[in-house]
Amino acid sequence: MLDAAPQHRLGSVDRAGIFPLVAEGLVFEAGGRRLVDGLDLRLDGAERVVILGPNGAGKSLLLKLLDGLVAPSAGRIAWNGRPADMAVRAATAMVFQRPVLLRRSVAANLDHALAARGINGVERRQRVGDALAMARLSPLAAQPARLLSGGEQQRLALARALALQPRLLFLDEPTASLDPASTLAVEGLIEAARHAGAATVLVTHDRGQARRHADRILFMQSGRVVEDTPADAFFDRPRSAAGRAYLEGRIFV
Amino acid sequence: MQDLGQAFATAWAMLTGFDPALWSVVLLSLKVSLGAVAIASALGIPLGAMLAVARFPGRGGVLVLLNAMMGLPPVVIGLLVYLLLSASGPFGVLHLLYTPTAMVVAQTLLVLPIVAALSRQVIEDLALEYADYFRSLGLGRAGAVATLIYDARFSLTTAVLAGFGRAIAEVGAVMIVGGNIDRVTRVMTTTIALETSKGNIALALALGLVLILIAVLVNVAVMGLRATAARAAYA
Ligand SMILES: Nc1ncnc2c1ncn2[C@@H]1O[C@H](COP(=O)(O)OP(=O)(O)OP(=O)(O)O)[C@@H](O)[C@H]1O
Ligand SMILES: [Mg+2]
Repeated sequence: MLDAAPQHRLGSVDRAGIFPLVAEGLVFEAGGRRLVDGLDLRLDGAERVVILGPNGAGKSLLLKLLDGLVAPSAGRIAWNGRPADMAVRAATAMVFQRPVLLRRSVAANLDHALAARGINGVERRQRVGDALAMARLSPLAAQPARLLSGGEQQRLALARALALQPRLLFLDEPTASLDPASTLAVEGLIEAARHAGAATVLVTHDRGQARRHADRILFMQSGRVVEDTPADAFFDRPRSAAGRAYLEGRIFV
Repeated sequence: MQDLGQAFATAWAMLTGFDPALWSVVLLSLKVSLGAVAIASALGIPLGAMLAVARFPGRGGVLVLLNAMMGLPPVVIGLLVYLLLSASGPFGVLHLLYTPTAMVVAQTLLVLPIVAALSRQVIEDLALEYADYFRSLGLGRAGAVATLIYDARFSLTTAVLAGFGRAIAEVGAVMIVGGNIDRVTRVMTTTIALETSKGNIALALALGLVLILIAVLVNVAVMGLRATAARAAYA
């Protein structure tokens, strides 16, 4: 069994003990459609994973399944051999495709997430301040979060996830509505999170970003991972017809 | 019957002259209704929030019941509380009938479904929007409810004001359980009913003006809150 593999064979240090993350036979059905269709996946937390694929392929759904936001119709997900528990929750964070921000100030949004994870007192204040500075949102700290521009909201959502210091970070198109400079700034934040020990699973439609941020590409189509390859190989010569079509920008359904 | 113009003049004099008989009635009204709204909100907002986030068998039935109770006629609630508090009723030993406490109890029962049902609606929309964030964060039920109540604070205040408007304006419930006793359980609405039938139009008019003023103030407060919330994008 894959998920029974002991952790020390992986060669990566895993402080929180959540890797390997193994999904087996994952299925998600809704309205009579198989939106995720028998998907197998193994992440050991060492490589930078990027998920590519056309609109509606099931990329966001896969992240939500892995993060436990939706329950699979079939199949199972194991974190270091066990189902998701509070330790797994505490070690993961997610940046949604559409930012979910509270009806509070920018700083209060950061504060809320940290408080919910049981981080208190001086450390919480410090992390809020650091997150604001890092995302260059300090001047907007007291603004209602929902009055921020789309790009600022996305930066806040990322800063909030990073402030939790996750071991595994799910990023669903975190730069989709950012200008080029902000995109690079956000990529810098993601890079910094990795240096701090976070593994990342990034969904993007930006091929340049995928090249910059992937060691491994999962190419999805119609709820399946049709290609799971090292990034270089994928961009040189995708094995699947769908992957080739996607890279060449040919439209397909 | 007095001349209407003269009645207005007398009413105005009572208002501006801080006529003690008038103001004691106004004060009792406010005490009873504010007390009832406070209790109904303390219970109804968390209840509404729980109903918004909880999924259990029979939830649909509970929601239908709650919404139906929003429209219960005050006299029916008055009758119910009367039966409970009357000497032969289950709570007769407390000797609460014909006291302001009985009136608070009746109005609490009147307002509770309103506050709970409106809170449920407001919070359920918000809960849907925040669901992924809460789940990803691993936030428990209690933390989620607290967050939702805080973030819905402007809309919830509107629900509370709606409850207050209903309480201060109702006659039937306080009439039945309070008994409209002079200087003890006489509130604005019951006094208006009584004094009008006695032909003392001036006092009734003065109290009517106070009620209208309160209604206007409540609506101003609601509009002000909406504007503030919209301006701050907290709505
Ligand atoms: N909770 C859900 N219930 C029912 N259907 C869903 C649910 N979530 C997603 N879907 C459907 O599943 C399909 C895949 O959605 P998903 O959001 O995963 O696509 P995606 O690959 O992220 O696309 P995009 O690139 O546009 O973000 C879509 O057709 C969507 O309508
Ligand atoms: Mg998506």
